[in-house]
Amino acid sequence: MATDSADSVVQKDRSMVLQKNMIAEHFKRLERAPESGEPVVYTFVPGNLTELIRSFDALPLLPEINALQSGMRGKSKDYIAEAERAGHSEDVCTYVKCDIGMLKSGNIGPTGTKLPKPDLLLLSYTGCYTFMKWFELLREEYDCPTVFLQIPYQGDGELEPEHRKYIVDQIEADLIPAMEKISGKKYDEDKLKHHLGLAAEAEDDLVAVLHSAKNRPSPIDSYFGGVYYVGPIFSAFRGTEEGVEYYRELRKEVEARVAAGLGPVTPDGSLDEQDYRLVVEGPPNWTSFREFWRMFSEEKAVVVASTYTKVGGTYDLGFRHDPSDPLGTMADYCGGCYTNLNMPSRIDMLVNYIKDYSADGFVINSVKSCNSFSAGQLMMLREVEKRTGVPGAFIESDLVDPRYFSAANIKNRLESYLQMIDARRQRTAS
Amino acid sequence: MSNRKIIIEWALGVYEDLHFTAARETLSQNPNLKAVGFLPVYAPREVIVASSMLPVGIYGGGDQIEIIRGDAYYQSYICHLPRSVIELAQSDRLDFLSAVLFPSTCDVIRNLSGMWQVMYPDLYVRYLDLPHVRDPEVGGKFWERELRTLIDKLGEVSGHRASDDDLRAAIHLYNEVRWVIRELYRARSAEPWRLPTEELYLLLRAGEVVAPELFLDKARAYLEAIHEDSPPMKDRSRVIVVGTFCEQPPLGLIKTIERAGCWIVDDDLLIGNRMLTRDVQTQGDPVANLAEAFILHSEKTSVLYEPDPDGKKTLMAQRVRAAKADGIIFAAPSFCDPALLDRPMLRSGAEEAGIPCIAFKYAENTGQFQQFREQAGTFSDSIKLWGGS
Repeated sequence: MATDSADSVVQKDRSMVLQKNMIAEHFKRLERAPESGEPVVYTFVPGNLTELIRSFDALPLLPEINALQSGMRGKSKDYIAEAERAGHSEDVCTYVKCDIGMLKSGNIGPTGTKLPKPDLLLLSYTGCYTFMKWFELLREEYDCPTVFLQIPYQGDGELEPEHRKYIVDQIEADLIPAMEKISGKKYDEDKLKHHLGLAAEAEDDLVAVLHSAKNRPSPIDSYFGGVYYVGPIFSAFRGTEEGVEYYRELRKEVEARVAAGLGPVTPDGSLDEQDYRLVVEGPPNWTSFREFWRMFSEEKAVVVASTYTKVGGTYDLGFRHDPSDPLGTMADYCGGCYTNLNMPSRIDMLVNYIKDYSADGFVINSVKSCNSFSAGQLMMLREVEKRTGVPGAFIESDLVDPRYFSAANIKNRLESYLQMIDARRQRTAS
Repeated sequence: MSNRKIIIEWALGVYEDLHFTAARETLSQNPNLKAVGFLPVYAPREVIVASSMLPVGIYGGGDQIEIIRGDAYYQSYICHLPRSVIELAQSDRLDFLSAVLFPSTCDVIRNLSGMWQVMYPDLYVRYLDLPHVRDPEVGGKFWERELRTLIDKLGEVSGHRASDDDLRAAIHLYNEVRWVIRELYRARSAEPWRLPTEELYLLLRAGEVVAPELFLDKARAYLEAIHEDSPPMKDRSRVIVVGTFCEQPPLGLIKTIERAGCWIVDDDLLIGNRMLTRDVQTQGDPVANLAEAFILHSEKTSVLYEPDPDGKKTLMAQRVRAAKADGIIFAAPSFCDPALLDRPMLRSGAEEAGIPCIAFKYAENTGQFQQFREQAGTFSDSIKLWGGS
């Protein structure tokens, strides 16, 4: 999720300015945390328990966000090299290596401020094996407690009641006492409920934004633009007043674009003429993000739905945080994050997106770094094609390792794919 | 031919047979028996046996199978194991299985469980989420509930729901299996020239696909036979091989390491067969006993969370001490997240403790061993020259 690069977009809506200011202020608070005494909790995007963290007046910090921001700012190459020199394999996740490299290079965060050490490593083990090793590695660098929160995988396509109970048991037995200890504050359920209520409010507005892509033209790009839209809710701002304000404003802007028949803002301006409506599976490449986006927008291709924008929660499938069941709703949230869904559920999601958003095609961006996403995507491609009759495209890149982004290759594949869609249209028309 | 050679030839035959004839014969001789496949690293075999089913370890095709269909399912940057597992399945070599269990080893095996659900909708498929939380009241209770679900589900597949007595009998049987494996490891560590890893590995691989009773007979007989005609003692360096718990190295690589001048005195090969480090209680609630054994007495491995902040740092030194080893060979399959992400932590701990280490990567179908011979040989020589741990 991109969270602070509103600068890179040509036209600035009020929501973009809001987001930029929110992020900047958050990182300033993080920098001041050693003096202000605000506890800092490192955690991951999928399965993040921001409302709980906020209810203890602690600040969340998300290493994947730092890594992707380093990728966007052209710093990841050196960080990865630093980690590989320290013995990390070229085969493993580049987010991890980027984060380790950043740490070894002085731990300067995305906005140029020094990142504080964690008071707690909250390892929310949701949908990604690498998370476990990532925090075991970070734990070696910091002298702070670690809480391991195991989120069972939805192997049978649902969060089973005993899995939900397991998550709640862990929150009660391990996480809340750890939060009490680092913050010096007692668990306050009313405060947590308040944050959960704010989360649900923002989630409603985010879903309205995502659903707006059903319009023609779509007023949003659900992948390249989508990563900005989900930034606040997937990171530090779910369950906050700022988050609510941001999504209220974003929704207003998007609804205004719908009313005006406008498309999304892209690096080259508004994409009002849209020749291709696509669904995208997989994370974006961050090191050449704008170039990647432009490959689509130049072809007048708009992404109407994406799975990556669901890694931090599948709100568009109906989930909302429920303040009346604070711990249970957090368990449901964690269990439902995209990469915690089994392959049949992921395939269903793509099939439904193609139908619900009247897509002309779908593209899988397979990233070398992420087995959680990538292992099985070739089968997904075939299954989705079989079930929808819509052909798919398969491109390969990486998250933050620029060595694995081959622009010519990707552009060729994308152009060929769009030509294939044209040919199908002509056949259908004749 | 000596007993030892007879047993190892039998094991080699089972290992090389990618049609799983031994398992198929067991099924044809027992019409009520069904087979359950499981992928690395750990599956509770007691539950399978108690459900009147034959556990069959699925470790891919190694270097013996040409991948024709499997590569169409995976990008170049995914490890080799799932390709050959799919190849086995797509060539009908796994058609005797009634269920397949996919333990939470890594995201590749996790996602393979869902691929199986799509490709084989009539087969029972279960993802086994192993517990990482070591509190018996939290992680233990979770695993106990998972085991009870598995018992119910396998009962539906086999037509026989395991009773407590069935489970106790299976626990007893696998306590015997684990005992004999521990004895084999102990014997190898004491006199590695009598029990080369090439032979031990073949015996254990055979044990993954035959009935546990048959494995027990063979393993006990082998233990008795190792003094019959063992190879001569040789002065070699004693090493631990770390990282080989999931995708298995080709047999040629194991042979190469030992022939290059190293005795393997401890390893991660097939670690699921000895994941529980102590006997499981046979008195009381068998499911609770199995759960407790996993939570409190399982091997430390890269696929499970390490709750002790110093655990990774100190693990290698502990293992080296226990095995009286001179050094460590970190051998990881290419693109193996668990082994490769763990390696920097384990290696730095080992090096801080003054333990010599080398590292390389392999794939199950690696066919050229020259570089490994040179690396292992140089490593052994350097230990001889400058000393081990």
